[in-house]
Amino acid sequence: MALSGMRGLSVFISDIRNCQNKEQERLRVDKELGNVRTRFKNEKGLTPYEKKKYVWKMLYIYMLGYDVDFGHMETVSLISAPKYPEKQARSYSTCMLNENHDFLRLAINTVRNDIIGRNETFQCLALTMVGNIGGREFAESLAPDVQKLLISSSCRPLVRKKAALCLLRLYRKNADVVNVDGWADRMTQLLDERDLGVLTSSMSLLVALVSNNHEAYWSCLPKCVKILERLARNQDVPQEYTYYGIPSPWLQVKTMRALQYFPVIEDPNTRRSLFEVLQRVLVGTDVVKNVNKNNASHAVLFEALSLVMHLDAEKEMMSQCVALLGKFIAVREPNIRYLGLENMTRMLMVTDVQEIIKKHQAQIITSLKDPDISIRRRALDLLYGMCDVSNAKDIVEELLQYLSTSDFAMREELSLKAAILAEKFAPDLSWYVDVILQLIDKAGDFVSDDIWFRVVQFVTNNEDLQPYAALKAREYLDKPAIHETMVKVSAYLLGEYSHLLARRPGCSPKEIFIIIHEKLPTVSTPTIPILLSTYAKILMHTQPPDPELQNQILAIFQKYESCIDAEIQQRAVEYFTLSRKGPALADILAEMPKFPERQSALIKKAEDIETDTAEQSAIKLRAQQQISNALVVTDYRPPNGTPPPVSSLNLVKVSSTSSNSDYNSVDQGADHTNGTVSKSDSQTASADLLGDLLGPLAIEGPPGAATSEQSVLSGGDVPSAADAAAIVPVQDQPNSVQPIGNIAERFHALCLKDSGVLYEDPYIQIGIKADWRAHQGRLVLFLGNKNTSPLVSVQALILPPLNLKMELSLVPDTIPPRAQVQCPLEIINLRPSRDVAVLDFSYKFGTNVVNNKLRLPAVINKFLQPIQLSAEEFFPQWRSLSGPPLKLQEVVRGVRPLPLMELANLFNSCRVMVCPGLDPNPNNLVASTTFYSESTRAMLCLVRIETDPADRTQLRMTVASGDPTLTFELKEFIKEQLVYIPEASHGPTQVPAPAVPQAPVIPPDDPAAILAGLL
Amino acid sequence: MIHFVLLVSRQGKVRLTKWYSPYSQKERTKVIRELTGLILTRGLKLCNFVEWRGYKVVYKRYASLYFCMCIDQDDNELEVLEIIHHYVETLDRYFGSVCELDLIFNFHKAYYILDELLLAGELQEPSKKIVARLIAGQDSLVEAAKEEANSISNIIAQATK
Repeated sequence: MALSGMRGLSVFISDIRNCQNKEQERLRVDKELGNVRTRFKNEKGLTPYEKKKYVWKMLYIYMLGYDVDFGHMETVSLISAPKYPEKQARSYSTCMLNENHDFLRLAINTVRNDIIGRNETFQCLALTMVGNIGGREFAESLAPDVQKLLISSSCRPLVRKKAALCLLRLYRKNADVVNVDGWADRMTQLLDERDLGVLTSSMSLLVALVSNNHEAYWSCLPKCVKILERLARNQDVPQEYTYYGIPSPWLQVKTMRALQYFPVIEDPNTRRSLFEVLQRVLVGTDVVKNVNKNNASHAVLFEALSLVMHLDAEKEMMSQCVALLGKFIAVREPNIRYLGLENMTRMLMVTDVQEIIKKHQAQIITSLKDPDISIRRRALDLLYGMCDVSNAKDIVEELLQYLSTSDFAMREELSLKAAILAEKFAPDLSWYVDVILQLIDKAGDFVSDDIWFRVVQFVTNNEDLQPYAALKAREYLDKPAIHETMVKVSAYLLGEYSHLLARRPGCSPKEIFIIIHEKLPTVSTPTIPILLSTYAKILMHTQPPDPELQNQILAIFQKYESCIDAEIQQRAVEYFTLSRKGPALADILAEMPKFPERQSALIKKAEDIETDTAEQSAIKLRAQQQISNALVVTDYRPPNGTPPPVSSLNLVKVSSTSSNSDYNSVDQGADHTNGTVSKSDSQTASADLLGDLLGPLAIEGPPGAATSEQSVLSGGDVPSAADAAAIVPVQDQPNSVQPIGNIAERFHALCLKDSGVLYEDPYIQIGIKADWRAHQGRLVLFLGNKNTSPLVSVQALILPPLNLKMELSLVPDTIPPRAQVQCPLEIINLRPSRDVAVLDFSYKFGTNVVNNKLRLPAVINKFLQPIQLSAEEFFPQWRSLSGPPLKLQEVVRGVRPLPLMELANLFNSCRVMVCPGLDPNPNNLVASTTFYSESTRAMLCLVRIETDPADRTQLRMTVASGDPTLTFELKEFIKEQLVYIPEASHGPTQVPAPAVPQAPVIPPDDPAAILAGLL
Repeated sequence: MIHFVLLVSRQGKVRLTKWYSPYSQKERTKVIRELTGLILTRGLKLCNFVEWRGYKVVYKRYASLYFCMCIDQDDNELEVLEIIHHYVETLDRYFGSVCELDLIFNFHKAYYILDELLLAGELQEPSKKIVARLIAGQDSLVEAAKEEANSISNIIAQATK
């Protein structure tokens, strides 16, 4: 046994373990890190062994949770290490790194040398490193070499199995690297491999390949079945590859997984063989004592079940599967029960087995009360999936009962699911109201606003339901402590419908008012406006008027007239004025009209959630993965996440008519500041839910009351609604989405740096990160959904100018809530030009369609590489480029006055390098750079600026290069940078700056016109 | 695919981490914190799977150590559970009845062995015997390099005397 190890490392670990407290540990760690750093600085004294030791020490510290800065010195000293221990250390130093770390970029070449070299040990180390951490750049430069190793006949299995998985990693990073002619045939040959290590690795690779493109790999299908036969019949599998007597369960599982990506199996012989194998697995798997053997055989069994479900052919086999699953969900062993429930849910999605599964309902409900939350979650999902009209009542009541005892982590999901099932399958509507009110009562904290909005909608739209709902609400108010959501919903319902109860005991307007008003001190600010509306409604419904009640309510309105919350204050003021209108009040505060029918927000919400949970069959999931290769990172939603705050802007917009003109001018201003065209369609017919429910509460009664009431409020001084509308510019629509920040300024800022925000509005943020290398660039768009609901119909089109070749990877149609999607964009610069690419971007949020045309900062200076020239290099070039069209001179006026230093900085940030000391005149600047494009290759560009210290607003500029177009374009570009004045667009005196012409409305279908307009 | 492997002690001390999907340093710390909170508190007789952030974590406790692997929703859970056991058996064979202390003081060996077992988040070698052979080969290489270094430094030392 070679446990000799590293003494220094062991000593260090013992030291750490002997530390009495965290503080001591930190001191020890800091000391060690300082030591490591100094040792690496004086690199000469480091032996390979020491380097290795220090890397492991750093890794240990990293594992303890400390920040370890893997610095430049360490990097350099490890990169070209020739010896085994150092190479090994290099390989492990990557454990601390992310795949985007600079170290890796620098290491590509050395790693490649190891891979193509003859030394097997080094090959293995290099493949391990790339396989575990290699990124996109590795994929591009190493894939062919790795492929060669995999199919090489001279390599030993230990190298080839690593090559297979390494290739899998590279393929995940960039799918194109394996799209080579004839690779499918190679894969087929690989499946004949005798070595089971290589075969297992190759099978993992195959699973990834067929999941993206099964058509190319048809020829692998019969081979997979052959492998299964060989394993299942236990033919010539070496002893070391059996696991507890089972021939490599992992390979069996992987092979069955690969087969699930082929839609059908046509060849009858292959099909028969496969069914034989599956039958053998289904029948022959017994429960045994040994846990590991049991797990392994059931791993195979469950995979076989999935495969049978996928093939969905033999009725008899399917019922065999259902029977097995029915057995599994009743066993004591928790793992098997969990998987039984999970697979039963999957089965629901695939085939028509609902009736058989219903027989197990009681058993499933037992699992809902299991001590294990994992199992409870599966049971909940299954119950949700199997619910229909016939069993909804039982299931929902079971869920409600469970709600009071369930743990917090599940309550939100549970209440949402109960609410949806109640809505979907309600046998009668009063039952639905009962369920929702119980839900709020039992788990108010976990009931999102959507749920109570929905119940209000139902009650409003169903007259028969109104007295019942009001009565129920009244009953709940008698309870000693009720949840705030219950206060909201009952106050709303009683405000609207309590007059229907007037004859019942305890339901006179006065009693209703008193019992609701009791709750007021206990509620939070957003609820108070709802209560105020209720009071106003009660007041209106009290016929004949009760002067005492009236005084009480008016006193409350008066009290809140000076409330600090604008919404409360406004309602109080309005209701106070309104309530003095006498009979007119009845019109204004009449019952709410019916809501337009719409899809339930809950069901929509559930659909979003479903995409995150295991609801879908494996097949569907995979199908989704294929749609886009963009990376979706979803934020974790807290289990008891607070519902999105009520959009106050919407409320104010609907209810505050008196300040209408202010808003219009704001909107107008915002529209003018854009350098781009921003268009936003909205279907006002069904504005968003909150607007519907809460907005109209404030004032809007029957349509038509609005205008009269407005003049009531404003005393006739403020223009009426029609006049106000006239102020609104034509292109401005009431619900238009305004961008945050100035788009033109953001664009100009991005011209000078490589990452930042390109566009932002209340729903989405588009960020950019770019990486430029000679005439190529890679720009990643980060599309971030800022909301708790998804953005749909997302579309992004690139309209490239003639000088750029651009390729945008697929943009997913939907951005999940609070998620960010990354879409890489490859750019190749063909020739010099100042034309700018445009991103035509649109998405839908709720009913708003937002469309924006955004300029992309892939501008000419991104293809420049600064270069510092000496006098000896500069002047001969300068002289040889004589006169137009290669050398152009222009006097530029109207320049932003900048001190010379800042001017130099501006040039440097444009990637034109100022070469100090070349021009004898201190007021002049000389700069140089290299331009890269496909047509010009690398081309030197020289710039000279002569400034006038007396007048900084003008200067003389001379630009020279070996290409006339380049000279011209570069000159114009620099001129733009010099005269661009960002403040001009929203100064108080709006003089349109000639340098940045505002884009008027442009026909969206003509890219040329858009470009012209933008430039 | 396996997104990461995590070994934590019952006290929540991290003994080994291996990341096959990109996570920033900050995310890694967060993941570890969340998962230790989730897994260490689970009772003994519960199932070996925990649902977490749209992923599944398969874990198993061996004496004082929890071995956790995070996989995709639709991966085969039992298969991964046995990969964990396969790893433990391989460690056991190498160290000879492995205990937590072995893994603390020889955590680099635990990494070497893991790297022979898993690559790119997939199982690489299902045979314990072959893994053992490969690790023994590596050990002898390290020994050889050490001896060579010693002899060279001896020569240098003597030459500069």
